[in-house]
Amino acid sequence: MSDLFPVTVTVNGQVYTREVEARQLLSDFLRHDLDLMGTHVGCEHGICGACTIIFDGEAVRSCLMFAVQANGHDIRTVESLGTPDKLHPLQQAFTEKHALQCGFCTPGFLMTLVPFLEKNPKPTEDEVREAIDGNICRCTGYEKIIEAAMDASKKMSSR
Amino acid sequence: MKPVKFDYYAPSSVEEALDTLAELGYDGKVLAGGQSLIAAMNFRMARPAALVDLNNIPELSYIKPTQDGGLAIGTMTRVNKVEYDPEVTKRFPLLSEVSKFIAHPQIRARGTFGGAIAHADPAGQLPSIAVLMNMELLIRGIGKERRVDGSDFIIGPFMTLIEPDEMLAEVVLRPLLPKTGSNYVQVSRQKGGYAQAAVSSLVSLDDKGRCKSVRLVFMAVGEVPILSQKAPEFLVGNAPSQEAFKAVSEAALEEIDPSTDLHGTAGYRRNLIRVLTVRCLTEAFDRAKRGG
Repeated sequence: MSDLFPVTVTVNGQVYTREVEARQLLSDFLRHDLDLMGTHVGCEHGICGACTIIFDGEAVRSCLMFAVQANGHDIRTVESLGTPDKLHPLQQAFTEKHALQCGFCTPGFLMTLVPFLEKNPKPTEDEVREAIDGNICRCTGYEKIIEAAMDASKKMSSR
Repeated sequence: MKPVKFDYYAPSSVEEALDTLAELGYDGKVLAGGQSLIAAMNFRMARPAALVDLNNIPELSYIKPTQDGGLAIGTMTRVNKVEYDPEVTKRFPLLSEVSKFIAHPQIRARGTFGGAIAHADPAGQLPSIAVLMNMELLIRGIGKERRVDGSDFIIGPFMTLIEPDEMLAEVVLRPLLPKTGSNYVQVSRQKGGYAQAAVSSLVSLDDKGRCKSVRLVFMAVGEVPILSQKAPEFLVGNAPSQEAFKAVSEAALEEIDPSTDLHGTAGYRRNLIRVLTVRCLTEAFDRAKRGG
């Protein structure tokens, strides 16, 4: 059997075609093959949430998928949000509310919360807590992240 | 870490998947959602020689009513589709309730209903609920299929009746009796973490308010989900009472076989089962009284 498989995937609106080994994780593919380093890799067994991306509209763990499985699918990573000059409203809320310190977990929180807020424009605080129960942050103690999500939900739904 | 090398097959139909599995024999392993398997492969605890990926077979994802009033769920239906399905929520509220305990939202968006059951993790919620509800499991091979009771399906830790040339294709939720209540309670160190112990129950009442049937399952306190043989002896035919629940919880200690690990001792888990059994039955019978 051939060692390499063709993959054509849309990431942040751009179409990429590459060849991958079956065992290559999607997280490593994004970082090493596409040079999209915004997706962070933490535990590689689905506990920490740092590698969360949006796959066909749903937040998933990119460390628990193989790159070959992304063939023909649509992916959004943290690079699809804002730029330093023009942050996404959720990123803006994270900076204003001090919802990050070291920033390692932040891409995972953002990519978890973006589709959540798109589907639930007016969440309760409890719903936000449930939405992020699969993301670990060792700096903030979570309260600031919840504040930021609530703040962003108000700004995003009033736009 | 990263997985070792393996051969990869991505069939686009069930027939092609079954042909591939038959060809591979013991070398082949089905890849469903991969939320347990890929994690195990990353740590090289699992080293399958070949994966047969079912993610390109759309016909395996569905939730549809059966003729007798149940629901049939395709094996590749994502857990969060079951969690939020209006028909499931209305007719089998236990499944939406239990889903909240399964890892995290991102895992439930990728993990599959059938894959979780076929994985048969002793600490997995869905395998234990498959036993509790005695779900009907459709196992398919080339030119053959069989329907197995959830009660019989799991034969050991991570071991089921599925042969190497077969796959779990569909899970049927059988219709419930009127005046049925259900409940699932667990204790874990953190939300979404492995259960130290869990208890689920499915009970129904007759017209006079007496227990008509009861199924009680203990999870994460043995090599497989354990269906209580004692619970019906103490409860069926009688009005439910705290005394009876306590008697069941004491008898339960003879039915379980918990082990000691970093997270808790066997003794602690036995105590959990004693407490959770009473809690689980109390609420399940209250729900049955309220009509489900």
